[in-house]
Amino acid sequence: MTGAEALRRTPLYERHVALGAKMVPFAGYEMPIQYSGIVAEHRAVRSAAGLFDLSHMGEFSFTGREAGAALDRLVSSDIAGLDVGEARYGLLTSERGTIVDDVIVYRLATDRYLMVVNAANIEKDAAHVRARLDPSVRFDDASRSTALVAIQGPKAEDVLARLVPAARDLAPFGVMDAKIAGGDGVIARTGYTGEDGFEVFVRDDLAAKVWDALMAAGRDDGLLPIGLGARDTLRLEARFSLYGNEIDETTDPIEAGLGWTCKLDKDFLGRDAIAAAKERGPDRRIAGLVVDGGVARHGHAVTKDGEVVGRVTSGTFGPSVGRSIALAYVPAALAKVGTALAVRIRDRDVPATVVRTPFWKRGGG
Amino acid sequence: MSSVPAGLKYSKEHEWVRLDGDVATLGITHFAQEQLGDVVFVELPEKGATVRQFASLGVVESVKAASDIYSPVSGEVLERNVKVIEKPELVNSSPYEEGWMLKVRLADRGEVQQLLSADDYRAHIGETAGSGGD
Repeated sequence: MTGAEALRRTPLYERHVALGAKMVPFAGYEMPIQYSGIVAEHRAVRSAAGLFDLSHMGEFSFTGREAGAALDRLVSSDIAGLDVGEARYGLLTSERGTIVDDVIVYRLATDRYLMVVNAANIEKDAAHVRARLDPSVRFDDASRSTALVAIQGPKAEDVLARLVPAARDLAPFGVMDAKIAGGDGVIARTGYTGEDGFEVFVRDDLAAKVWDALMAAGRDDGLLPIGLGARDTLRLEARFSLYGNEIDETTDPIEAGLGWTCKLDKDFLGRDAIAAAKERGPDRRIAGLVVDGGVARHGHAVTKDGEVVGRVTSGTFGPSVGRSIALAYVPAALAKVGTALAVRIRDRDVPATVVRTPFWKRGGG
Repeated sequence: MSSVPAGLKYSKEHEWVRLDGDVATLGITHFAQEQLGDVVFVELPEKGATVRQFASLGVVESVKAASDIYSPVSGEVLERNVKVIEKPELVNSSPYEEGWMLKVRLADRGEVQQLLSADDYRAHIGETAGSGGD
C-alpha cells in the first residue's frame, strides 16, 4: 500500500498509544508492533499471558441451512464434520489447488458459521467466496465492525475465567457465545502462538471494555500487551504458516506442509489438483532450519555447497529456542531432518541444519 | 548512566567513541539500541582488521532487523569484545560499558574533529526522534 492511503485504526488504537506502543502500518491498519520489547512480550506469553489486538483480522459470517455444506466445498478441511461449538483450521483453495488463504471456521449454531481470514486478504477472500457460494447461503463481511482480542499463554484460562467462568470448560478449538464486559461476545479456544489461549470476538464498541477488563484481571499474573513483533516470533517457533510468507496463491498445501488440513475424500475446490500433487510428491518442501552465526530473514537464499537451492520464507531469532530459526522452501531431497545447508546472509554462507518442527513445543521440547 | 554520557564522541549514525591516547573504544549508543530493540547477534571484525571512518565495520541484528555498524574512526582493530558476541543483549543492557564492541588504534587523530560532542549528539537525536523514524 502507498503512504498516501489513509490507515485505519482499530477501536483499541488509543489504548496502544497510552501503553507506549510503537505503531506501524500493517495490512491497511496502524497496528502496535511492540510495547515493552519483542523478547519480553514473547516470554510473557510463554510463561504467563499476553493480550493481543487482532481487530484488523477479517470476520465473515455465513448463515443458512446449506451454510455448512457450502463451506465444506470452499475449505480444505472437514467443515461438514463440525458440531455446533467446534472450530477447525483449513485453507481456502483455488480451482488449481493453490492457497487463497488460511482460515479458521467456527460453527456457532446449526445454520451459522464464522470464518476468520487474514487482514491482508479480506477483500480478495470476500470476492473469492461470493463468486463461488451457494446462493441460498447468506454471506456477510463483518470485518469492519468486529473487534478481536486474543489472550494467550499458560495463565490465559485463569485470567479470562475471572470474567467468563465458563471459559474453563471450553475445549481446544471449542467456541461459544458468552457475556463479557457487559456485552455479547463469541469466545473460542484458538490462537496462533503455540500456547493455550482464547480469542474473543466482540463488536467494535465493546472492544475497549473487554481489553480493559482483561488487562485488569491479568495484572497480578504478569499479563502483558503483545505486539505484532512477538506475534511473529511466537508463531514461527510454533511453525505456523504466515500467509504471504510460507503460503500464497503459488504454493500448494502439500509442499507447504499443510496436507493434513486437506480432507481428500471429500469434494472441495482444487481437491483433484491437491490429490495429484500428493500422489506425485512435491518437488520442494518447507523445511525448518536452525542457523548458526547470523539471523536468517525472509528472502535470503538457501545454499548447498555454494549453489542456491531455496529461499527463506520466514526467519528470526526464536527467544524460547534461543537460536536463529527459519522456514525455507528447499528441494524435497534436502528437506530431511539433519541435512546440512547454509543461508546466505550478507554474501556469506552461514551454516544451517534442517531440524524437526515445531521449533518449540508447549510443555518441553 | 546518562543516555548520552559526556566525555564521549558520537557519530550521526549513533556510534560512540571513548578516546584513550591513540586507542579508541567504540560501540553503539543508548538511542541506537533502543531503536533496534532486543539485540540477538553481533558481527565484528577480527583483531588486525582495518576499519575506515564512516564505513560499515559490522552488523548488529535485533529480533526485528539487521543494521550496519559504521566505524566512527579509522584504524587497526586491537581487540573485539568477545563477551558482546557471546551475549549480544549486553548491547541493550550496557551500551557504553559492557556492550562496547571494538578497540581500535587510531590511524588519524584528526578524524575525531568530524565527530559530535555529547551536546551536539543530544540535539541530533532530538531531531531524529522527532521525525518519527522507526
